[in-house]
Amino acid sequence: MMATQFPYITAILATTLIGALVTILLPEKKHLAIKLTAVISSFITLVLSFILFLFFDRTANGFQFIEKTPWLPQIGITYHVGIDGIGLSMILLTGVIFFAGALISSHEFKPGGLLGAVGRPKEFFALLFILVAGVFGVFVSLDLFFLFLFYEMAVLPMYLLIAIWGTGKKEYSAMKLTLYLLLGSTFILVGILAIFFASGLKTFDWVSLNSIALPKNLQLFIFPLFFVGFGILAGLWPFHTWSPDGHASAPSAVSMLHAGVLMKLGAFGIIRVALPLLPYGAQVYCPFFASLTVVNIVYGALVALAQKDLKYVIAYSSVSHMGIVMFGICSLNSLGISGSVFQMFSHGVMTGLFFALVGCIYGRTHTRTLSEMGGLAKLAPFLAVAFSIGGLASLGLPGTSGFVAELLVLLGAFRAYPVLTVIAATGIVITAIYVLRVLQNIFFAGLKDRFVAPGAGHKGDHHHIEISDAVMAERWPLSILLALLVVLGVYPSLLINLINPGVTAILQKLGGPF
Amino acid sequence: MFKFAGLALLCPLLSFLVISFFTRKSDRLSAFVSIAAILGSLASSVMLFALVLSQPGNHELTTVWMKFPVNINIEFGFLLNPLSAVMLLVVTSVSFLVQVYSMGYMKGDPAFRKYYAFLSLFSFSMIGLVLANNFLEMYIFWEMVGLSSYLLIGHWYHKPEAAVAAKKAFVVTRFGDFGFLVAILILSAKTGTFNFLQLEGMLGGGILTSGMITLVALLMFAGAAGKSAQFPLHVWLPDAMEGPTPVSALIHAATMVAAGIYLVARAYFLFSMSETAMLVIAVIGCFTAFFAGSIALAQDDIKKILAYSTVSQLGYMMLALGVGGYTAGFFHLITHASFKALLFLTAGSLIHSLGTNNIWEMGGLFRKMRITAVTFLIGGLALAGVFPTSGYFSKDAILIQVFTSGHYILFAMSLATVGFTAFYMSRAFFVVFLSTEKFGKKHPHESPAVMWVPLVILSIFALGLGAWTNGFNALIFFGGPAHETEHDLFVPIVSSCVAFLSALLAWAIYQKRFAFLTALAPRFSAITTVLRNKYYIDEFYAFCVNRVLYVISNASAWVDRNVVDGAVNGTAYLVGASANVLRKIQTGRVQNYALGIFGGVVTLWLLFSMVK
Repeated sequence: MMATQFPYITAILATTLIGALVTILLPEKKHLAIKLTAVISSFITLVLSFILFLFFDRTANGFQFIEKTPWLPQIGITYHVGIDGIGLSMILLTGVIFFAGALISSHEFKPGGLLGAVGRPKEFFALLFILVAGVFGVFVSLDLFFLFLFYEMAVLPMYLLIAIWGTGKKEYSAMKLTLYLLLGSTFILVGILAIFFASGLKTFDWVSLNSIALPKNLQLFIFPLFFVGFGILAGLWPFHTWSPDGHASAPSAVSMLHAGVLMKLGAFGIIRVALPLLPYGAQVYCPFFASLTVVNIVYGALVALAQKDLKYVIAYSSVSHMGIVMFGICSLNSLGISGSVFQMFSHGVMTGLFFALVGCIYGRTHTRTLSEMGGLAKLAPFLAVAFSIGGLASLGLPGTSGFVAELLVLLGAFRAYPVLTVIAATGIVITAIYVLRVLQNIFFAGLKDRFVAPGAGHKGDHHHIEISDAVMAERWPLSILLALLVVLGVYPSLLINLINPGVTAILQKLGGPF
Repeated sequence: MFKFAGLALLCPLLSFLVISFFTRKSDRLSAFVSIAAILGSLASSVMLFALVLSQPGNHELTTVWMKFPVNINIEFGFLLNPLSAVMLLVVTSVSFLVQVYSMGYMKGDPAFRKYYAFLSLFSFSMIGLVLANNFLEMYIFWEMVGLSSYLLIGHWYHKPEAAVAAKKAFVVTRFGDFGFLVAILILSAKTGTFNFLQLEGMLGGGILTSGMITLVALLMFAGAAGKSAQFPLHVWLPDAMEGPTPVSALIHAATMVAAGIYLVARAYFLFSMSETAMLVIAVIGCFTAFFAGSIALAQDDIKKILAYSTVSQLGYMMLALGVGGYTAGFFHLITHASFKALLFLTAGSLIHSLGTNNIWEMGGLFRKMRITAVTFLIGGLALAGVFPTSGYFSKDAILIQVFTSGHYILFAMSLATVGFTAFYMSRAFFVVFLSTEKFGKKHPHESPAVMWVPLVILSIFALGLGAWTNGFNALIFFGGPAHETEHDLFVPIVSSCVAFLSALLAWAIYQKRFAFLTALAPRFSAITTVLRNKYYIDEFYAFCVNRVLYVISNASAWVDRNVVDGAVNGTAYLVGASANVLRKIQTGRVQNYALGIFGGVVTLWLLFSMVK
């Protein structure tokens, strides 16, 4: 019993915040100490999330590891945290991506690396820690006030991270991203306040609010606010345009966290707040939003096909894949929502892998333009294999987690919207085309003359770029992500059994599992 | 029994993992692991076959793969019956022979280990596809087979043609798979299960309307047509010849391309319930047979000739299934696997020896490469359906079936295809082996034993499988055993005459080179051009992809940057611009503000007095 009474959730939040504090207090010049702090604290959060995974009772319903402390009882704010299977899978995802991201950025801070060119690892990691604390916070909050607080905490550091350590038109992208996401937050804030006042309970506590039925008129009014507000962060069409620019400008680890985890906050918000608190609104509006998400899927894939910059391809593919997540939510049935949570996890790992790989490739070739690459499989076989497996997960090949996720969403959605589902499935065919196109452009066909094996170029020769395969510091994080993609593709029950009870609880609010 | 099924499935998977992670350093060891594994699979499938022979019927083993609180059955399992046992035997035996042969053919290839790892992955996927007990599992392995095919076609990925061909194969088959997937979605939504046996029972109970059954059957056929290279999704197969020749023999002649046929056979309970679907299958199969056979007449690349011939033969199998010839179609799959794998491997032997694919650069090889020549002849005779090779029995069974079904147009077309087949095979044989020597300074030599022994073994099957006709008919059937066709000699005699006359014509043109025939050639130049260009189908698809898909894609990208994002930037600009205007009010001069206050007071006073 001792093992389950330890406040793991607070420990996770504290680890990240203490990590931030320690990093800030370390001397500027001690790069190694800063990197070590980053890697160690991210590893601790990963271990803690894994302990949660082990101790989580898969047979029980409801929330577990609950911690509750009054904070501002006068206006009904409580520090109330706990997780169900949905929250737990997101915590695992964050733990993995955070650890991989910390490793990759430590590596990129080497002299001459992508981040090393800018320097300032201390501030970088401190901001990264705050961001991650916010992300963890949203996934565990059972109080709408704290949920919103953590939500903002996750979004704001992004501005500095992109504007300082980014590439390309970074200031523009950072500004656009932050303003756009704040617009979404405004919608959410209005929604939360409306619930607070309309419920008559004078509380922000999610559990209490979940136990009553809100007036139908109110639900009709605020469901779209929540869906669009959270949807902006999840890349809902047509509010997605901050994401390609933001991802393209951000440094690797920030893109990894952003596309891998942060976009999931949006979808998670819909699942945690909008569906259970506003079930009537969901039933009324979801058929409409479903068609928007199908636009996401197909249009995102089409636009990805036309991109010339590798990072934009991945960014638009995220738009397309997040469409699958939201499409699953809109199906409002067990298969669809479970598939959607599974896709959140799968896409998080996959896109984390992609952005890490893009960093590895960009750091070597100094270009992200597809037509300037070619034949790299010869010089960097490990990167080629890793990119191929990621690509296969992206196009939903069986044996990878991407297939399970897409399959479940399609199975669920087909029961609700057959025609839309068939249209959405065409997006998957287009995905195959652009993924293979990218693979072929970077890794296959003839090797470009500019690229040579290490040691093959002449000294002081600026025409040739030496390309080496992944080093250990890159292989480790990439391998972890790759292993997850395959393991979940072969044995999805590992996650599905975790997710299902949480989904069932939501569906009971919606009128029973179906 | 399930032990053997599991063993057959796991051996190649294990070999793939071992080669990928452990024996990457050694060529010999990797080949050894892979061949040992496939030998294990082959032994298990022989055992399995023996067991199924003694206890025919369906044997099923199943476990839950994913559990949901709703009515859906997502499972993983094996369905063993004569159909899967025979197919398994075909897959493992051809895989085994090809892997042995590859030791010689791929010797010295820098990516030798990778090649064997992917061959093992292919065998694993294909065996899984054969053993699956439900549509979803079959789809899973179906896609993995497609992946292995992609990887193996792109084995020499540094050649742009190979990279493009691999991509093309994957994307074109994926179009078909889209249909398969939608069919699966419909079935799951309507019945809640993917299981073959359960669905068979449910469909028998009338759970779907006949219109729905036709729709599902046609969508599923799209998947089958993609894998089995049926018109109009056949375009990837000839290009797939960019892969190593043993791969063409294994995947693109004997096993993977037969997966579409296998799917139709496996789901025959579904297809046979819809007359429309059956008719579509028959017509598409027959047209494919005719159309691809005609293209093969004018190809110069020996692998391309064989590739179009494969498309054409797969068309035959589909045709047979479409007219109700379940047994005949599946029998042709088996005999075709033996003789087409044989032909490809002999072609590989020629390419290995001469370093060219062009038949016009070969010639007079009969004396130089006797084993290759004789085995090629056997394969060719079987393909042309000459008595008493196995091809004779299976092809005539199909023709008889078409004839008795009363589709006389289809019969006429398939008879013409017999003529085409005999013609292009004779043409290849005469030009490559009998005509004057053209190999110049090259020194053609017989291939090493590791290559010719598999050729001899396959020739024995290509010759002898016909003897199994009756045993096969009694084992594999749909509904009841195929009734003994009264040995009506009409069809066999007609088809043999057509084949003989075509072969004679090929002899006259390419061997004897009669002057009056050569003179005729220019008159047919228009037809030849069309045939050489494969009816311009590839050009049409290139147009669709480059002009249509990419235009839509670029247009969407433009819209995204300029309209959707333009609105965002426009909003930002509006805010900025209005702020620019409004900030002019903030002058910082007290007098201005005082004037404003005064003006405001006056306006209010005026307003109030007007209201009063």
